[in-house]
Amino acid sequence: MDQLNSYLFIAAILFSLGVFGVITRRNGIAVLMGVELILNAANINFIAFSRFGGMNFDGHVFGLLVIVLAAAEAAVALAIIINIYNNMNTINVDQASQLKQ
Amino acid sequence: MADYTFWLIAAITVISAAFVVLNNQLVYSAVALLFTLFGVAGLYVFLWADFIAGVQLLVYVGGILVLIIFGIMLTNRISSVRISHKSVQQGVGGAVIIWLFIFLSIVILKTPWLNQTAMEPASSVAQVGKLLLMKYLLPFEVISVLLLGALIGAATLSREDP
Repeated sequence: MDQLNSYLFIAAILFSLGVFGVITRRNGIAVLMGVELILNAANINFIAFSRFGGMNFDGHVFGLLVIVLAAAEAAVALAIIINIYNNMNTINVDQASQLKQ
Repeated sequence: MADYTFWLIAAITVISAAFVVLNNQLVYSAVALLFTLFGVAGLYVFLWADFIAGVQLLVYVGGILVLIIFGIMLTNRISSVRISHKSVQQGVGGAVIIWLFIFLSIVILKTPWLNQTAMEPASSVAQVGKLLLMKYLLPFEVISVLLLGALIGAATLSREDP
């Protein structure tokens, strides 16, 4: 727990799993969950570098900004997904390939 | 003791993250994501970032996860918990992420990271607040405008007939 590498490895595993979710899931909401995993992995790295770089608080501010951006992204993405569902009756991202119908 | 707790939290985080992307039921994925987010908040506590851990719990678990579950309920039949969704091309995806993880591991192990020891701060809230309102004031204001834009945009997008 006092090693930077252990945090970086956890973040790398979370990032890889998030990428796996994004590229294998076809449900729009499941893709969004993969994106959340990726953002969390990046955030762990920010906070870990902040802790092991001599307790520098700039990383904390970046972590906060990432969390806020994730919230905005989730809200807009879900609005878009619900719109796609209303128009096409599916949220399969492979079938939703046209901007208008 | 703290060591065991750390590895327990790390294991919860990683295993539930794997459950999020591997199982076939959407609601189960959302519940597993809850445990992942809790685990990440625990890791923040181990990294002495108490304020970020609190914000993680409030925003992610209290906000984003509820939004995601709302999204699941609005785009599927509410009565069925077993909303299945299949994954495609798991073989190729698995090969890609194993390659990606090996690459990241090599980078992590080869890089001589800065490893400075520091005193554990009593609380990070005061420092983060000072930075937010002095050094990072412009990003702070910009992100509030961005939140307003996301709020209006999401409300406009999800109306019945905009």
